[in-house]
Amino acid sequence: MESLTTILQLFDSTIRLSVPLLLACLAGLYSERAGIFDIGLEGKMLAGAFAAGAAATWFGSAYIGLFAAVLISVALGLVHGFASITHRGNQIVSGVAINFIAAGTTVILGQAWFSQGGRTPSLPNDARFNPINLPGAQALRDVPVIGPIYYELISGHSILVYLAFAMVPFTWWVLYRTRFGLRLRAVGENPAAVDTAGVSVPWLRYRAVICCGVLCGVAGAYLATAQGAGFVKDMTAGKGYIALAALIFAKWRPVQAMFACLLFGFLDAVAIRMQGHPLPLIGEVPVQFMQALPYILTVVLLAGFIGKAIPPKAGGVAYVKER
Amino acid sequence: MAEPAIELVGIDKRFGAVHANRDIHLRVEKGTIHGIIGENGAGKSTLMSILYGFYQADSGDIRINGTMASIPDPNAAIALGIGMVHQHFMLVENFTVLENVMLGVEGAPLLKNGIAKARAELKRLEREYQLDVDPDALIEELPVGLQQRVEILKALYRGAEILVLDEPTGVLTPPEADHLFRILEQLKDQGKTIILITHKLREIMAVTDNVSVMRQGAMVATRKTEETTVEELAELMVGRRVLLRVQKGEAKPAEIKLSVENLTVRDSRGVVMVENASFTVRGGEIVGIAGVAGNGQSQLIETIAGIRTAVSGRVLLDGQVIDITGAADPGELRDRGLAHVPEDRHHMGLVLAFEEYENSILGYHDDPLYLNGPFLDLDAIQADARKKIEKYDIRPSDPRLKTANFSGGNQQKIVLAREMERDPGVLIIGQPTRGVDVGAIEFIHKRIIEMRDAGKAVLLVSVELDEIRSLSDRILVMFAGRIVGERDSDASEGELGLLMAGVEQQEAAE
Repeated sequence: MESLTTILQLFDSTIRLSVPLLLACLAGLYSERAGIFDIGLEGKMLAGAFAAGAAATWFGSAYIGLFAAVLISVALGLVHGFASITHRGNQIVSGVAINFIAAGTTVILGQAWFSQGGRTPSLPNDARFNPINLPGAQALRDVPVIGPIYYELISGHSILVYLAFAMVPFTWWVLYRTRFGLRLRAVGENPAAVDTAGVSVPWLRYRAVICCGVLCGVAGAYLATAQGAGFVKDMTAGKGYIALAALIFAKWRPVQAMFACLLFGFLDAVAIRMQGHPLPLIGEVPVQFMQALPYILTVVLLAGFIGKAIPPKAGGVAYVKER
Repeated sequence: MAEPAIELVGIDKRFGAVHANRDIHLRVEKGTIHGIIGENGAGKSTLMSILYGFYQADSGDIRINGTMASIPDPNAAIALGIGMVHQHFMLVENFTVLENVMLGVEGAPLLKNGIAKARAELKRLEREYQLDVDPDALIEELPVGLQQRVEILKALYRGAEILVLDEPTGVLTPPEADHLFRILEQLKDQGKTIILITHKLREIMAVTDNVSVMRQGAMVATRKTEETTVEELAELMVGRRVLLRVQKGEAKPAEIKLSVENLTVRDSRGVVMVENASFTVRGGEIVGIAGVAGNGQSQLIETIAGIRTAVSGRVLLDGQVIDITGAADPGELRDRGLAHVPEDRHHMGLVLAFEEYENSILGYHDDPLYLNGPFLDLDAIQADARKKIEKYDIRPSDPRLKTANFSGGNQQKIVLAREMERDPGVLIIGQPTRGVDVGAIEFIHKRIIEMRDAGKAVLLVSVELDEIRSLSDRILVMFAGRIVGERDSDASEGELGLLMAGVEQQEAAE
């Protein structure tokens, strides 16, 4: 029973840790499936987290925080779009620029507005997204096996967690069952085909970038107002890049993206739990090694285990009508 | 007379310095197949892109069925019943046939209903025109002939009454091409109007009712197909005969320097580009390869120069075999005395962003002559570049000038100077005077003759028949990847023209 609880706690924190990854990963999926590479997931998430923290402090509402996060993240996404779609700039450079802007501006504004060393004030519980107890969780709690699983693992998360996982089938449905999805996938593969079919390539790509911004904003709000209680400097800590790795890992497909993010979240959870616990035979594993594991895993798996990850063919290339 | 399906009046289009279409007038009658013929770069594709709303004409009017039309984008063209089958297919390769056909005309935000409708409509089109193709097949798994059929279906699905096909047979095998022509005939019988763009005379004669000829951006003539001949069209296409007789003495062919045996080359799509070509080039002679552009000449010389891999065959340089199946290293071939002036100097011959002196040694940069230990000896390179500039009269005479700022003729001279001054035993030259002004043409021709008289073996490829005739000592004609004939330099233009059009070969086959 003891070990079941331990495992459940591990899985529980896996879910919590993988939610921002999953949201960012799906955000990247919309953008990259449309042919716009987005290395700026990290920056958008960070800016979103800051906006959520600040707005929730001022207005005392997590939902206004969420709205602010989405707004600022979409705005940054549109900057990326303006640079890479309208002006055909280099998508990597534009994305990196967004990351730098977000990293710097959040701290400067945070210090100027709240004078707490770049963080936003600690949020009271009613300005955060709080855990929701699903119906019957208390009642089922003592039922062996099923009870703890339902109570610990499935119930007791914030609304954003459920939203993130609901986005997986929704994204699949959008991609494969709607006109928008068909065109989105087409424009990432062969924008000329979309153009000659009489569909505007820039408008389609802008919409993809907006979808990406919305999800990054939600991811940021999750970090600042659900997982944490306020914005902390650099609180994304590379999650945007891990999300990109997960996206490659998943070969740009939504369901696989969820599993990839859960895997990375699990590694993260293990890393936290292992801190200070020596392993048999090996001894204490440096925490840095555990933190590096997702990246090492990505390299190793991409190098040979998951086969070739073929990105959308027109990814990273601005569309110019051929002469 | 009924209103023409399409009437273009005074269409004019420039891309920067390039005058792609000059005051084009064209009438295409309803229910006919109208051919537009011209060499590569004559402006055919630009004209059709204007018709399809891809580009806007600078001036001029378009009338569809007698009414003025403005076509700002492909949507407008589709709405007017114009469908286009592009030379490079506009298909999403990892989509199914059905998805490709639907793209852009899905009907509703959700795909569900659209799919059923598209499937039914596709069935109907298949029956009506015998255009059968599996709607659930992935494009990337279909052969090119079927991919093209999907393009046609796409246009018909959108209700096209006017169908434009841009170089449709370029990627097709002869039986596939014949099938396509049967489809076109059938579409015509159903009342559709078809515009067929090509540079292949045989296709024009085979299927069109009328034919218009384009040259250097201008529409030079329109004929009824039954009232014209291959010879006339060829002459209209190539243009007035520029008298480019070059002063040259008798050739003194010596030992064989380059020999090509049964060479076969495929392109990346697997289409045979060169088929079983065999010939030799001796020192002291110029062998010219004539042919309409796109008949395998480019692939042939690129393979010999070590840029492309061959499927089979042998190439011998001074009696020694060149590795052509693993793509010989062009650098190694240079060391063995084979110099190559590529057909497209911008794409292969030069780095336009480099300064002139840098381009003047490109590919020869590890010659000790230009090196000072592990470093480039810039003084030596620039001194060498100055010498070449003087000898080849390259203007402006500044080795530090960016190469992009030289005119086409002078850029070509930079490449020629680089390759010729290495004193190679074999010189391969592609399109020596494409986009070169008249003054430079004469100079370049003289230098080529000088190379011959110095005992070099020269292999010359040009789409300019006059150039081939005036420079070559022997002429090989390429058609559809095969060397279909060899003639002396005094062969008549008409005779060569027929060979280039594949006419004689076709008659022999019948």
